[in-house]
This record gives sequence, C-alpha cells and structure tokens, in this order.
Amino acid sequence: MNPIDQAVTWINDPLNWTNPGGILDRLVEHLGISAAAVALGCLVAWPLGLWLGHSGRGGGAVVLVSNITLAIPTIALLTILPLTALGFGKPPVIIALAVFAVPPLLANAYTGIRQVDPEVRDAARGMGLSGGQLLRRVELPLAVPYLAAGFRTAAVQVVATAALASFVNGGGLGQIISAGFGLGISVGGGQILAGGLLVALLALVIELIFAGVERIVTPRPLRRTRRRVARQADQRAAAAITGS
Amino acid sequence: MSFRVIDRADPGNPWFSWDYVQSNSETILAALREHTWLTAQAVLIAALVAIPLAVLAYWFRPLTGPILALSGALYTIPSLALFAFAAPYLGTGTATVLLGLVLYALLLIIRNSLAGLNQVPAEVRDAAQGMGYGRFARLIRIDLPLALPGIFTGLRLATVSTVALVTVGVLVGHGGLGQLILGGFRNNFFKAEIMTGTILCVVLALILDLILAGLGRLLTPWARRRGAAG
Repeated sequence: MNPIDQAVTWINDPLNWTNPGGILDRLVEHLGISAAAVALGCLVAWPLGLWLGHSGRGGGAVVLVSNITLAIPTIALLTILPLTALGFGKPPVIIALAVFAVPPLLANAYTGIRQVDPEVRDAARGMGLSGGQLLRRVELPLAVPYLAAGFRTAAVQVVATAALASFVNGGGLGQIISAGFGLGISVGGGQILAGGLLVALLALVIELIFAGVERIVTPRPLRRTRRRVARQADQRAAAAITGS
Repeated sequence: MSFRVIDRADPGNPWFSWDYVQSNSETILAALREHTWLTAQAVLIAALVAIPLAVLAYWFRPLTGPILALSGALYTIPSLALFAFAAPYLGTGTATVLLGLVLYALLLIIRNSLAGLNQVPAEVRDAAQGMGYGRFARLIRIDLPLALPGIFTGLRLATVSTVALVTVGVLVGHGGLGQLILGGFRNNFFKAEIMTGTILCVVLALILDLILAGLGRLLTPWARRRGAAG
C-alpha cells in the first residue's frame, strides 16, 4: 500500500478521530494553545509597539527583537522553558509560541502608528488633543489595518509552529505526526502523512479565516491601498531585520 | 522561588558546563558540522531555484502573482507537516530535511530578489536598452548587479531562518544541533546539552549572517560609497 492509501485509511478510521488523544482531542488542544499564545503575544506586543510608534522611538528595538527571535530555534525555547521555574505543562509551550508571535505583532503595530500622516497628527494636536487622546482617537484607528495584518501573520505562524510542541509532548496536532514517526516509516507512514495533511489544512483554514477578518476590519475606503501597504510593511519589517 | 534554590543547590544539572563541552567535543562538532552543511546546501539550492524564478517574475509580469502566491502558500505549511509529507517518500534521511528547508528558504529569496530587481530605475533600464543591450546581457550586466542588495537581504534572512529550522530535522534524525537540544531534553533534561546546542545555533546564525553581509558589501561597492556619502 502506498503512503497516500495508508493515510486515507488512517483518516477514515473513526476511532482515530474520537479516541482519547485522537484527532478531535488534538485539534482542540492545538487551537487552545495557539489562541492563548497569540493572545499573550498581543498583550505584550501591541501596547509596546503602539507606544514605541507614538513616541517615535525604538525603531531599533523592534528590529533587534525580530532579529534575535528569528535566530532562536523554536525547539530550543520549547525545551528550555519547561526546565525553568515555569515547570512542565501547557504554560511553557504557550509562552514559547508567544515569543514567536511577538515580532510580526510588534513590527506592524509600530509601522501602523508611524505611517499616520504627520499633518493629521499636527491637526489633531492643533485641535487640542493630548498625547494620549491623539494615540487613542487618531493614531490607533488609522493603524487598525496594520494591526489586523500583523495579527493574521502572527496567528498563522503560531498555528503552524504549535505543531512543534509535540517535541516536548506539549499536545496539539503535531503529536499525531510524532507518534507516526515513533512507529517507523513503514508502519506509521500513513499516520505521518495524515497528520501532515491535517496540520497544513488547519494552517490554511486559519489563514483564510483571518484574511477575511482582516478585510472586514479595514474600512472600505482604505482597503485597496492599505492592504497592499500593510503587506509591504510586513516585508519591510522583515527586510529591516537584516538592517538593509 | 523554591525552584531556583533547588536549581542552584543541584550541581548535577547546571545550565552550562565546560566539562560537558570538553568531554563531548566530538559529538558537538559533528552536530555543528551537519548543521552548517545542511544550512549551506539548503540555501544554495534555494538560491539556484529562487533567483531564476524571481527573474522570470520580473520579465513576465503576469507570472509575478502566481509565483509569489505559490511560494507564499508553501510558507504557510508548518515545517513539521513539510517533513511529514516528504518522509514517507524520501525516508528518514537528509533528503527529507533538505526538501523542507529549501521550500522554506524559497519564498524569502524570491520575494527579496524580486523587490531588488523591481527597484532598478526605469531610466537605467532604458539607457541599457538604448546602448543595445539584449535582455540577457542587460540582466547579467545591469539588472542583477543592481538587485544584489535585495538578493543578499533575501539570502541573509533565508540563512538565519534556515539555521533555526534545521533543528526540526531532528524528527527524522538529521537535525544537526537540534540533536543536542532535543537529546538533552530526552536525556533526563540535561540542561548543559540543551544550552550548548541552542547557543551554538544562535552563534552559527550570527556568523553566517555576518559572512553574507560582508560578501554583499564586497560585491556592491557602489552602495557602500553611496552609504558613506549619505
């Protein structure tokens, strides 16, 4: 039987879905871990990025954070954090994943505020808005398309990376693939392929959902230009990493 | 807090240990060699595929969308899934790891190379055409040299992320330093081994990045002069 047939057989076995530790259990785990990681990333990165953008400082810090995070292997953080005071279980996995969600969130929040037209900012100040009001009432709404783009990038990235949590028995759909490798290619080949398909499919579905969300939260007049601009902001943040 | 106290009182499992490094230097060096070799191969193959694709997208506008979309879709696929797709066919060897790494590096190189090529000023292109350069001559003599900064940005990003990604290859038995990282975890949570692997990974990424940055500067003297003037 070739691997594809094996995978189809494996997926078609209802027990593989409903068993404890089956596909449904793993899916719920995967989504739970991912959601918590993205939420934690937002909690840290957004206020920081908005504030850095508002004060106009810290462009270098944003680059530095992205730079360092890119070089750290996900597996390293996943294995190191459980051995610290955090202990084993879900929290270290969530924190490790959140670390990788921070760069796109931070870079887009920062860029989102920086791209606000200086004349708009001056006008708002001229109308007597204080710094905090300026941020809340002018800069933040104009930065929403960028925040959404960063959120989408971060969410997809975390869902994709969460598969690696299986290396430290952290749960999630990756566990299906790891278990397959544990059985060996000849026996577990189908399960490996099926797990890969499930993980890839989930990443794709999340990507599509958040592409839709990103579109909805972008005010219609801004859609055409801002979408392209936000995509470029992601690229520019990536390009800035190497300092060019 | 109590955890920390226990940590310090336990001399058997420190975060870093020269003893471990010295007595296992051979294993560590072998892992480092494999890591470097996998990274170099992956980035080289990816560059050989990605740069022609970027040129194709640059020459034929209608191809830009599909090429970027395809490489973008590849990038969405989780690394673990990529290895899972390849493993049943290519087995648990370096071929599986390499395929995954190359597919990931592709997008970064294509996107940045294309951005570099698109930055070539229209006047320069027109002037080259006026001087009688054909498409190929212009590409080799004008377009590609002017796009080098973009190409090198892509290569550097791809290299750094590939170094980090090689570790995932440990699942199929070829993860370079990933073997130390995960090995330490499985080996009764031996912290020194994990830390050694992690530190070497980050240092390797840094060194390769610096080498590429230096190479980029050497190859684009005009950009250096402009940088000094501005």
